[in-house]
Amino acid sequence: MATQILMPALSPTMTEGKLSKWLKNQGDTVKSGDVIAEIETDKATMEVEAVDEGILRQILVPAGTEGVAVNTPIAVVGEANEDISALAAGGKAGGAKPSPSKMAAASTQEPVAAAKPVAVTSSIPQETEYAGKTEKKTVREALRDAMAEEMRRDPSVFLMGEEVAQYQGAYKVSQGLLDEFGAKRVIDAPISEMGFAGLGVGAALSGLRPIIEFMTFNFAMQALDQIINSAAKTLYMSGGQMGAPIVFRGPNGAASRVAAQHSQCYASWYAHCPGLKVVAPYSAADAKGLLKSAIRDPNPVIFLEHEILYGASFEVPTDPDYVVPIGRARVARRGRDVTITAFSYSVKTALEAAELLAAEGIEAEVIDLRSIRPLDVATIVESVKRTNRLVTVEEGWGFAGIGGEVAMQVIEHAFDYLDAPPVRVCGADVPLPYAANLEKLALPQPAGVFSAVKAVMYR
Amino acid sequence: MVQKARSLSPTNQRASGANGNSRINAKNADESLHSPAILLERYRSMLLIRRFEEKAGQLYGMGAIGGFCHLYIGQEAVVTGIQAALIPGDSIITSYRDHGHMIATGMDAKGVMAELTGRRDGYSHGKGGSMHMFSREKGFFGGHGIVGAQVPLGTGLAFAHKYREDGHVCVTYFGDGASNQGQIYEAMNMASLWKVPQIFVIENNRYGMGTAVARIAAGTKLYKRGEGFGIPGRTVNGMDVTEVEQAAREAVSAARKGQGPYILEMETYRYRGHSMSDPAKYRSKEEVADMRDHHDPINHVAKLLEQAGVDEEKLKAIDNEVKAICSDAAEFALASPEPDASELWTDVLVEA
Repeated sequence: MATQILMPALSPTMTEGKLSKWLKNQGDTVKSGDVIAEIETDKATMEVEAVDEGILRQILVPAGTEGVAVNTPIAVVGEANEDISALAAGGKAGGAKPSPSKMAAASTQEPVAAAKPVAVTSSIPQETEYAGKTEKKTVREALRDAMAEEMRRDPSVFLMGEEVAQYQGAYKVSQGLLDEFGAKRVIDAPISEMGFAGLGVGAALSGLRPIIEFMTFNFAMQALDQIINSAAKTLYMSGGQMGAPIVFRGPNGAASRVAAQHSQCYASWYAHCPGLKVVAPYSAADAKGLLKSAIRDPNPVIFLEHEILYGASFEVPTDPDYVVPIGRARVARRGRDVTITAFSYSVKTALEAAELLAAEGIEAEVIDLRSIRPLDVATIVESVKRTNRLVTVEEGWGFAGIGGEVAMQVIEHAFDYLDAPPVRVCGADVPLPYAANLEKLALPQPAGVFSAVKAVMYR
Repeated sequence: MVQKARSLSPTNQRASGANGNSRINAKNADESLHSPAILLERYRSMLLIRRFEEKAGQLYGMGAIGGFCHLYIGQEAVVTGIQAALIPGDSIITSYRDHGHMIATGMDAKGVMAELTGRRDGYSHGKGGSMHMFSREKGFFGGHGIVGAQVPLGTGLAFAHKYREDGHVCVTYFGDGASNQGQIYEAMNMASLWKVPQIFVIENNRYGMGTAVARIAAGTKLYKRGEGFGIPGRTVNGMDVTEVEQAAREAVSAARKGQGPYILEMETYRYRGHSMSDPAKYRSKEEVADMRDHHDPINHVAKLLEQAGVDEEKLKAIDNEVKAICSDAAEFALASPEPDASELWTDVLVEA
């Protein structure tokens, strides 16, 4: 059957071009793959190949023509004795060839609001009040227990990372796991963050549940492409066919005197990306409950720990079924005068500031965010509606940070309740210095939070 | 060209020939691979990929396919030969020149084409496009747009096969361009260290985008890139589907036996530019014409079939059949509606 050859688009941006040269003449036989013409696009001179076979019956657009719109019929290919008069008239072919108007894929659908809320807390299960037995555990032990319990529960869970097996963890978080689960499930990785992060994602795509430990999240920058492009985006890009149930965990933020390359907080980096969940617990109970939730979660979860908290002790539920839902903040201290949000180590800073404030008769409400994405906007907003004032605390840099996001959520949802502009207490906008005095100056301190609260209270 | 067998043993590798080429020894080749029945199957598989890609190129020209579109024309023997050595349950992963791989795994041409046009019935419901398609059913794990990133993912798939002790292998494809990505060596190290069943298939089509291999690689014998990790490798004539299949069988069989990874460097060629908007000025017309005229993988099999007495009409019938599949796929892909606006928000996270 005779067909029209249309002016092709040969780049994502081309709308028209010059038909510079015909390489076949009328009457020539063409077969698929033959170069029949050259056209100049907005970028380069390109060759046009025939797709259909037959005789080049008629050239409709002569060589040298400029401004030929994409999808204009430029020639007709057909059999020797076929009637091509309808096609040769230059009209758009009907039937077999879809019309260009059908091609124009411009969506007529209503534009969708860009600002769909990041947090949809309604679908997140409420945390059930735990009334069972507890025992005193360090955060380090709580994390280990969470992994051990989940590995007992599900044989598809394995732990991989540098020094996690024989060395028992660079920070001894995986103490005893090699003994209990063996080298098949507790695996020492070479110093190849990008490689073993990618390996973990591949294993997760196939249905295993890897826990990938980074010795610190500073080293995960080497693996960022695998975390974002492979882990976070594949579910969407596959139309829901293939997700990565994987946990990336390790210490995040400043430790003590390890300077700029080992001290960064990555909460805002990961929280920026759809397709990831990001949690950053403070207490041992939350560390355990959230890590168990993270391991069971069918999505990639960034689990941000804190080196200085590893040795801190808290009461921890002993029930192996105790989990903390991802996406729920915790009110760490009740108060009526000001809302302070914090996560990870900053919760300690905020609580210490609250003590100082209490001495002056100011009752601060401290919200431990626990989950950065999804963010429990409802709990924050409900608190601010009562206190009318907001101070955010984080170790990370303020610019484009978590505090900025928290403040914006409050502005969107409780603007009329605010009695003062929110204030952010953040890491200083410098690479973290080594010197003890400078390091202290660079990180949020209770005194800084104290001052910020005084400022939002105009006192 | 010198014909030499390359041992599976990593300690017994020999370079051969001035151009580093080596071929499988004919006496090792499985004669059944040359039977007309097998060759007809391979002929059809390769032709289906070619016709599909031609159709995709045409739809791109009509503006029905947007963005980037990297065609596989010329390289059909590679995926066809490799796939013939696999069994259901094996996993396959590649980068962005992926349409041929999807068709080879048996993914439906309609679903692939509808994804190219960004429509509802595409494999990713229009949310992935040319470079990002997947089929768990067919063991096809993408379709990845970042050069080299699929290689550690493939090591993870192979790791999972070993972890589950399911006897399957992962074939991980990448190009000559990706061969200079650092993460590939991280992956090779782990693959060999843990003896995971991973076949690294380097599709050396001579150009990483517009840059010839020798211009960016300090060592152009890419099959040797695993030597330091003890991974055996060899070159294969990637324009000959039988040689590809034979080599794949040996590598896959070694991997299934627990002998660990293997590198197959496929010497192949893409006829089209890197993507649709590449005028390919970095190579001569003569070079392309020589490959098309004298090394075409489909013509090669057609000739063998003719020599074996297979009727030309039979081949023409196959061509008509696969053309119809591709035309139907195009029609389907153009008729399928765009995704519903609500799809914008779905598949970001699995609802737990």
